[in-house]
Amino acid sequence: MNPDQLVGKRGTPDFHPMEDFLRMDRMPHIWCSTCGLGTVLTAFIAAAQESAIPREDIVVVSGIGCTGRAAGYLKYDSFHTTHGRAIPYATGLKVANPRLKVCLISGDGDLVSIGGNHLIHAARRNMDLTVICVNNFNYAMTGGQAAPTTPQTAMATTTPYGAFERPFNIPFLVDSCGATYVARWTALHVRQLTISIKEAMLHRGFSFIEVISPCPTVYARRNRLGTGLDLMKFYHDHSITKNFASTRECDIKFQQDIIVGKFVQKEEPTYLDSMEAQMKKTLGAKFVPYVGPMDPAKDK
Amino acid sequence: MNEKKRGPVPTGAHYLDGDHACAEGAIAAGCRFIAGYPITPSTEVAERLAERFPRIGGTFIQMEDELASIAAVLGAAWGGARAMTVTSGPGFSLMQENIGLGVMTETPCVVVNVQRGGPSTGLPTLTGQQDMMQARWGSHGDYEIIALSPSSPQECFDLTVTCFNLSEKYRVPVMFMMDECVGHMTEKVVIPAADTIEVWPRRWYRGPRDKYLPYAPDKDGVPPMIRAGDDHRVHITGLTHDERGYPIITAECQHLCVSRLVDKIRNNADDLMIVKEEQLDGADVVVVAYGISARVATKAIADARKKGIKVGFLRLITVWPFPEKKIRDLAGKVGCLVMPEINLGQMYREMERAAAGKCRTLLVPHCGGWVHDPNDILKAILEGAK
Repeated sequence: MNPDQLVGKRGTPDFHPMEDFLRMDRMPHIWCSTCGLGTVLTAFIAAAQESAIPREDIVVVSGIGCTGRAAGYLKYDSFHTTHGRAIPYATGLKVANPRLKVCLISGDGDLVSIGGNHLIHAARRNMDLTVICVNNFNYAMTGGQAAPTTPQTAMATTTPYGAFERPFNIPFLVDSCGATYVARWTALHVRQLTISIKEAMLHRGFSFIEVISPCPTVYARRNRLGTGLDLMKFYHDHSITKNFASTRECDIKFQQDIIVGKFVQKEEPTYLDSMEAQMKKTLGAKFVPYVGPMDPAKDK
Repeated sequence: MNEKKRGPVPTGAHYLDGDHACAEGAIAAGCRFIAGYPITPSTEVAERLAERFPRIGGTFIQMEDELASIAAVLGAAWGGARAMTVTSGPGFSLMQENIGLGVMTETPCVVVNVQRGGPSTGLPTLTGQQDMMQARWGSHGDYEIIALSPSSPQECFDLTVTCFNLSEKYRVPVMFMMDECVGHMTEKVVIPAADTIEVWPRRWYRGPRDKYLPYAPDKDGVPPMIRAGDDHRVHITGLTHDERGYPIITAECQHLCVSRLVDKIRNNADDLMIVKEEQLDGADVVVVAYGISARVATKAIADARKKGIKVGFLRLITVWPFPEKKIRDLAGKVGCLVMPEINLGQMYREMERAAAGKCRTLLVPHCGGWVHDPNDILKAILEGAK
């Protein structure tokens, strides 16, 4: 999309170029200045517009945490669920109403720790969901505790002597479980991220994008990494774009180079494809495809 | 069976166990989405629906655990489906947090709990009625819930339909508190003609799209609902919210939000109270029972009547909200209320509280694993008649 369209009214002080897609009556938001989440929302809205998917078909689901609040600021049908359960909630929405384009925006703790079981199973099923995992390396909402993504030696309130557990390499995790679209960008890579989100939304199957995002208030401060701007400078200097890199190589080590790019993109039958194929094969003419959700116009 | 010709509801007399009857009740109620995870003794409900659904246009998904099952059911309900999940004790424990989300977001759905003996893994294959308080208070926070309890496979069919109807009318997850005995008991189940089964519609919002407020209630305290994907651009959250559905983290909003969730059930308690009464007038002792225990109690009641004791019988089908008024009225008229239940005193305490000292109350406890010996219930009746 031409970025000029997006910022067509730049310069009019009271107008946000994306305000039609944001719940402006909920502003100001709760996120810290220079947090990466604003960038993620911008990229998401731009990607959703560019995808040309009908707006009413797009549903946003979040879990709990800083990123969990994303659903509440986006002016789509949006669901703020329980901690870790965004993926199964979204699975229910998708399977019950397959017309929907169900997108998740949630954090690393929500999706990979407490929701880890659902993440691997949704990837295994190739469930037709788009998952945007905002990774800030810690639990920020609760004040900066260690997460399964916290790099070894990094400081967190629950690792006051430095983290020592091995963190997850999330792209490798979802790739090995069967995700059919996997990418990683940082909050600095706005254009690449927007393109990836658009590709993921148009992809049939389980698509997953990790976004490395600055957490200036807790993670960066506790680890003396400077301001949000310093973190963006770090991403600039230390991101290495390697499209279709082996996800096995995508480990993140404390303040070392971060491999970014689109790692996986392949066509495979989705959960719903596989179910229908198997039912048709086994039941033949007796198979009655899912009737779909109730229709408010007919249900009286 | 050719469902395509005959339709999804197998009208006629069948020989079914309670689990299968529950599955057929769900189909008759228009449920076309089930998410479940295997657990004894409830698995047969899911198995039957896994087999039946692809023939009648339903969709069954076996989730990775019970947390996922209930979350998927809530998502499916907002996607526009009539949705249900089925479990037993340990799975019911895992579902509690999201049952709370269902209460808070006023999501219609049915949670079937085929109870077994607990705590913990307990008695997977043997009966219990030990989750009755968990059905009421299992999720954190203050709320009211609806729960029904069946005493026969026929009721497993009939009341599953009622559970769906109540969940749609009051927009709340409804707990269907079966137990292993009822679930695995095989009896005649008569399924009526599909067009004679009363199925209540969802409370769809029919006003202008941009005017929809997700939590602006109708007169009975229940707000109308929309379906995701229809361009209402709603926000649905488990946080304390205002009529717009927006999080408002204040004591004032908490008061409005939570008191309405509670009041919409409490104020309509009479409407959703289902009890069966037998010879209450002039009774000296009344047996109050639910589920399989009510079935067993009939033998003790018959024996006591042979001995000339005036015994009434109050069978609770609606167990939550608890029929307080009914118990309070009875307590003023009879000498003793006797409750057998397969736990060490859960609903009994509610009964005792409602009786408020106006009559004696006796518990006939049982730790689980089997039903009461009717003689134990008889002994309590005789004691109550003294």
